[in-house]
Amino acid sequence: MNENRNVKIRVRNLSKVFGNQPKKALELRNQGLKRPEILDKTGQTLGLSNIDFDVYEGELLVIMGLSGSGKSTLIRCLNRLIEPTEGEIVIDGENIPELDDKALLECRRRHFSMVFQNFALFPHRTVQQNAEFGLEIRGVDKQERARVARNALHQVGLDGWEDAYPNQLSGGMQQRVGLARALANDSTVLLMDEAFSALDPLIRGDMQQELLELQNRMQKTTVFITHDLDEAINIGDRIILLKDGEIVQIGTPEDILTHPADDYVARFIEGVDMSRILTARHAMRPVRATAREDDGPRTTLRKMSESGIDSIYVTSRDRTLHGLVEVDAVEQAVKQGKESIRDIMTQDFRAVGPDEPLHNLFAMFSEKSFPIAVVDDNRKLLGVVVKGAVLDELARAAEPAQVGEKQVGEKQHDPETLAAAGDA
Amino acid sequence: MAIEVPRIPLGQWIEAGLDWLTSNYSMVTRGISRVTQTGIDGLNDALMWLPEWGLLAIIVGLCWWVANLRLGIGAALGLALIWNLGLWEPMIETLTLVVIATFVAVVIALPVGIAAALSERLYRTIMPVLDFMQTMPAFVYLIPAIPFFGIGSVSAIFATVIFSMPPAIRFTTLGIRQVPVELIEAADAYGANRAQKLFKVQLPLSLPTVMAGINQTIMLALSMVVIAAMIGADGLGSEVWRAIQRLRPGDGFEAGIAVVILAMLLDRVTQSLRKGRKT
Repeated sequence: MNENRNVKIRVRNLSKVFGNQPKKALELRNQGLKRPEILDKTGQTLGLSNIDFDVYEGELLVIMGLSGSGKSTLIRCLNRLIEPTEGEIVIDGENIPELDDKALLECRRRHFSMVFQNFALFPHRTVQQNAEFGLEIRGVDKQERARVARNALHQVGLDGWEDAYPNQLSGGMQQRVGLARALANDSTVLLMDEAFSALDPLIRGDMQQELLELQNRMQKTTVFITHDLDEAINIGDRIILLKDGEIVQIGTPEDILTHPADDYVARFIEGVDMSRILTARHAMRPVRATAREDDGPRTTLRKMSESGIDSIYVTSRDRTLHGLVEVDAVEQAVKQGKESIRDIMTQDFRAVGPDEPLHNLFAMFSEKSFPIAVVDDNRKLLGVVVKGAVLDELARAAEPAQVGEKQVGEKQHDPETLAAAGDA
Repeated sequence: MAIEVPRIPLGQWIEAGLDWLTSNYSMVTRGISRVTQTGIDGLNDALMWLPEWGLLAIIVGLCWWVANLRLGIGAALGLALIWNLGLWEPMIETLTLVVIATFVAVVIALPVGIAAALSERLYRTIMPVLDFMQTMPAFVYLIPAIPFFGIGSVSAIFATVIFSMPPAIRFTTLGIRQVPVELIEAADAYGANRAQKLFKVQLPLSLPTVMAGINQTIMLALSMVVIAAMIGADGLGSEVWRAIQRLRPGDGFEAGIAVVILAMLLDRVTQSLRKGRKT
């Protein structure tokens, strides 16, 4: 995501005061008063104060905070469902707060699609007609919008439900319709307001996964609001943490977990399962020794004994991974006087990409004791992960936040055998 | 020691106002009168032109189609009874008045109701007026109707429209106001303008409530049309009126029962229309 850092929406100095004397409230704010004092003195609620951030093209930005933190206000300021009191929101060179009514409608139609917490589907319209809504508003002709809507429904897996009414659908399916309505509109930005919060946890996990897949396919700029840190970490490219209408921290999920900006954030991330956030890349170690395909068994055996390992990965010169040999097999090959290790190479090991969550590696360790190979898209060997390293990494990551010891302890069944499992 | 408080000549003022309206707008009222009378006669003649059994079959079919077979059978029995009692023509006259009065009332009420739903100021102005229209004893409207439109059916329509319109306005306003805010927000978020919001979201969603209001309007119109017999409106009401004057309770109840049958048919048909729309 780093290669593509064009700013899609630039938000600067955005503030929102609820009440009839916004100027007074902002004055007090500028004198350094906080939300509760301002409420006491003026009866005005400072919803958002001096919000600065950018939304990059194609990223999934999560805005997260507890209720009352101003996250819903913030997302509604972006498309002016709520009028900001001051500040600028620039999208493609247009400053949204300055748009007149007509330009605002145009801007909403072109740039924003929204998915709502309680779905907000139109009960008098069929699934198909709901999906067509945005296009209908924009005056797209009938056949075209039917086609686009059908395609969007297909994207979210609702083929065959076109003529159903929303009340005939389960919650998860209703939100798929909500998502299809947003996708069909083909706006440049997708706004998701607690989109999955009303769903039960299983469906919610599925929807998150699907959103990520969609996001991978379409690279749509998305602003996603949630109060659930697990969700934020699971789907966000970057997370903005909001508290009392102010930004506490902006960063990648990893930044926030490993370097919480203050106690508030630290408290927030207590209880987050670190193994879902950290990936194979974090626990990966460089490979100490590899065998070549055309190495003989003796050479291989020597490499293994030098490094003190009982299995070794076989690669070609450009580090493309071909297989693994075990010490027993090599010794036997030496006895049998074989020329090459090609015949005794096994594919019975696990290879993962660098972005594989550590969480998924535990299961692999229980199947096999070999170190897990980490390979890139071209199957070049980047490094290996051994069980001990996973646990080290989890323990280390947990420290700054003072959390996670219990979880790690649970998973660390038997450190002795893990260490004995060998190093590559 | 009574203090002499002069009586406020409220009645005189109202009369002066009405007189002024009558003399200055007689052209208008006469025009309205002529158009309405033509409408009444046209519809009445059309309904009377059909043979009794033909119209009966159409109504029964309609009941069956919009509701169910049971209502169809009920309609057949009820209408056959009216026919048998010799009240067919007054029943048609009453139906005509109800249909036209309801039509006029709804045509006025829908836009007013929509406007009141969208404008808080209009809402606050119009609600007391509606209270006034509904609580003023219905007979009172009959009095000024006569100088405006003369004795007869047109005056009956005028009084009926005023008396029966408020529920249609109220329910329209209510229906639009109770559309969930998140749906309005969704429409806004996708860039719907006011007209799109109204016609694609607010009106369709308020339709069941609006239909309930129209149902109420029809019921009120029926009751008022019967009372309007006092100023010479034709129909079942005049049968009742005649029975009162001649002290013939039998005739009175016969006509009364015919009114009840008509009322039940109108009510059930409009209610099924309302439910039918709600998928």
